[in-house]
Amino acid sequence: MCRHSLLVSTVFDLALVTRARAGVDVQRHATQEKSVRPLSLSGHVGFDGLPHQLVNKSTCQGFCFNILCIGETGIGKSTLMNTLFNTNFESCESSHFEPKVKLSAKTYDLQEGNVRLKLTIVNTVGFGDQMNKQQSYQHIVDYIDTQFESYLQEELKIKRSLHNYHDSRIHACLYFIAPSGHSLKSLDLVTMKKLDSKVNIIPVIAKADTISKSELQKFKLKIMSELVSNGVQIYQFPTDDETVSSINSAMNGILPFAVVGSTEEVKIGNKMVKARQYPWGVVQVENESHCDFVKLREMLIGVNMEDLREQTHTQHYELYRRCKLEEMGFKDTDPESKPVSLQETYEFKRQEFQGELQRREEEMRQSFVQRVKEKEMELKEKERELQSRFEQLKRLHQEEKGKLEEKRQSLEDEVNVFSNKKAAAELLQGQTFNSSNSNLKKDKDRKNSGFM
Amino acid sequence: MTANTRYRSRVLRSDDVEEKEYVGFATLPNQVHRKSVKKGFDFTLLVAGESGLGKSTLVNSLFLTDLHKDRKLLNAEERISQTVEITKHTVDIEEKGVKLKLTIVDTPGFGDAVNNTECWRSIEGYIDHQFEQYFRDESGLNRKNIQDNRVHCCLYFIPPFGHGLRPVDIEFMKALQEKVNVVPLISKADCLTPGEIKKLKERLREEIDKYGIKIYQFPDCDSDEDEEFKQKDKELKESTPFAVIGSNAVVEVKGQRVRGRLYPWGIVEVENQAHCDFVKLRTMLIRTHMNDLKEVTCDVHYENYRAQCIQTMTRCVCARAKVNAENRVESPIPLFPMATPDADTEKLIKMKDEELRRMQQMLQKMQQQMHEQDL
Repeated sequence: MCRHSLLVSTVFDLALVTRARAGVDVQRHATQEKSVRPLSLSGHVGFDGLPHQLVNKSTCQGFCFNILCIGETGIGKSTLMNTLFNTNFESCESSHFEPKVKLSAKTYDLQEGNVRLKLTIVNTVGFGDQMNKQQSYQHIVDYIDTQFESYLQEELKIKRSLHNYHDSRIHACLYFIAPSGHSLKSLDLVTMKKLDSKVNIIPVIAKADTISKSELQKFKLKIMSELVSNGVQIYQFPTDDETVSSINSAMNGILPFAVVGSTEEVKIGNKMVKARQYPWGVVQVENESHCDFVKLREMLIGVNMEDLREQTHTQHYELYRRCKLEEMGFKDTDPESKPVSLQETYEFKRQEFQGELQRREEEMRQSFVQRVKEKEMELKEKERELQSRFEQLKRLHQEEKGKLEEKRQSLEDEVNVFSNKKAAAELLQGQTFNSSNSNLKKDKDRKNSGFM
Repeated sequence: MTANTRYRSRVLRSDDVEEKEYVGFATLPNQVHRKSVKKGFDFTLLVAGESGLGKSTLVNSLFLTDLHKDRKLLNAEERISQTVEITKHTVDIEEKGVKLKLTIVDTPGFGDAVNNTECWRSIEGYIDHQFEQYFRDESGLNRKNIQDNRVHCCLYFIPPFGHGLRPVDIEFMKALQEKVNVVPLISKADCLTPGEIKKLKERLREEIDKYGIKIYQFPDCDSDEDEEFKQKDKELKESTPFAVIGSNAVVEVKGQRVRGRLYPWGIVEVENQAHCDFVKLRTMLIRTHMNDLKEVTCDVHYENYRAQCIQTMTRCVCARAKVNAENRVESPIPLFPMATPDADTEKLIKMKDEELRRMQQMLQKMQQQMHEQDL
């Protein structure tokens, strides 16, 4: 029994180790491999029920899946989503005159059997409509990076709740190729090259009911050869698991899927099927000889949904994380190729940062002091100026006052002289016209008083 | 009244009325017919649209020939910074003694690059170049063998995958509406159900009105044509823009060999009116309106170009004359008047002025005529 428990405990140890740093991890793993011996059991233990436990747990939790649909306006992205998930995701027709590419994300809760799925569909609005499409891919790349970033932030938090976290990272990207019948468009190539290292790309040929069978074969071959020759890594269905490897490898040869979407139903025989009615025939969406819709649904949802999620997490997200952290300056091994722990790097970074902060503070303080001095000097100058002006004004004022005094004095003198003269004149007059009537005198007086 | 009807009525009368009323010019239409057959016709068609919309296939279907043998199609990476080229194919085809020199001008690379700003400039330049060449030939001394390379019609292919016109479509049509007869088509119409086709056509007509794009208008038929013809004409006008399908392959349908596309769910017949508007397009383009397209090109688009040309020339000459005059006036005391060169240029200017005045009079007369015609 103790031997069995030893085996079980080593298995659990391995599980814990997956969160550790890369370099050290590999070494420890290798040493443990050497010391692990396979044992055969003599009876039924019961840990073969572990997968069931896992499944039950995840079913209770619910699943989450995010699809990004990239394609020109009107190519049939919304219709295909409606057809794939057999629901009507409300969406309005977008116009061709968007100035930039925008992404609109909507989340839906679906349920099938007892499995709950939180589905997020992200659509590109206005893709391929602009005259100059050189920046079209940038918005998509930014969106994907933002989702990765928020997950990274959550992961780096001190108090984190990853199991409750609503994972918004894009798990699958359906790239809709216009059915021109010749080859990919230049915009398609440029966009897919930028996205192949960030997301699982599944190219599909949209509106495939406009291509005849012979043309379709040639078209698919041309597309795949163009993708290969330009080094675009599209998503390959996994072939390492025996149960699904045969079907997956067969499907890998049929990529890209030529799909037709329809939410309208037409009566064929005595059933109502999803189809498109033309004057020359009816295209049945779920008929495998008409289009590859069933295959797409099978591959995307039925068989490989979990693998898509895993790939996103282990491959694309890890790549993003590594690039981001390296950018920030974290390394796994320092220049002498000794493993550097995250702690040390973090401490180092922190100190650097603090030092930087202090330096900046000093700088700012100095510049502040400088500015204060300058201001002070300015103010002093101004004060001096004001003072001198005040004194000048005062002087002027005094001068004026003095002048006014003089004038007043002279005026008074004149008045005195005049009154003297008047008195003298009156006397004279009084003497000569002593006998004249008082009227004249009064008149004179009045005149004189008026004059005064 | 058209010549045809006049001819018809005259024929009836000449049977019962005797020779004294018969002059003989009733045979004029016949003579015109004979001469034109001898001379042969020419027609230049420009096809424009993104790659993969079926332009070459449609042209092959229209003229029942294989114009593009061993075309080299570019890969996506080569097309990222593709510039628009202009390629010409000229073929001589004959039907019942009538010869047609058909020139198809193709525009590979249109709308294919990642940055498509002003991708129609080379097409505009090509059309202007043809006009310029014709103008020079027409104004030249020896006018015996003028080659008419002017573009008579431009078929513009609109992809059926969208919801209506896209910015590149609007810019292209607006840039060319004054220079050539633009006929927009909905290409690869076998991806649209009849309901969707109707909706798209309405949408396109609305948007063409909204953005003020002047596409080629069918001339109104004469009021004395019979009802059936008028009905057909009305139907034709109401189904623009035409939704077309082209095919190079011949398939067997109900014992007959027709041009069509074979699908697992049915066969699309190119010449079936219920399947697409190919027959209407062919009727319009070749059987009924080819001459009208040529006439509109000559009378409207070319004349516009010519008038503009002359105006700019006039302005240049006037400006130069003015400059010369000003120089003479502004120079201070003319101590040494340079007599001889000035006299010469003056004479030249006078001559040119005469010519210009004459041409302007002609222009006015033509404009009046056009006005009357419109009325």
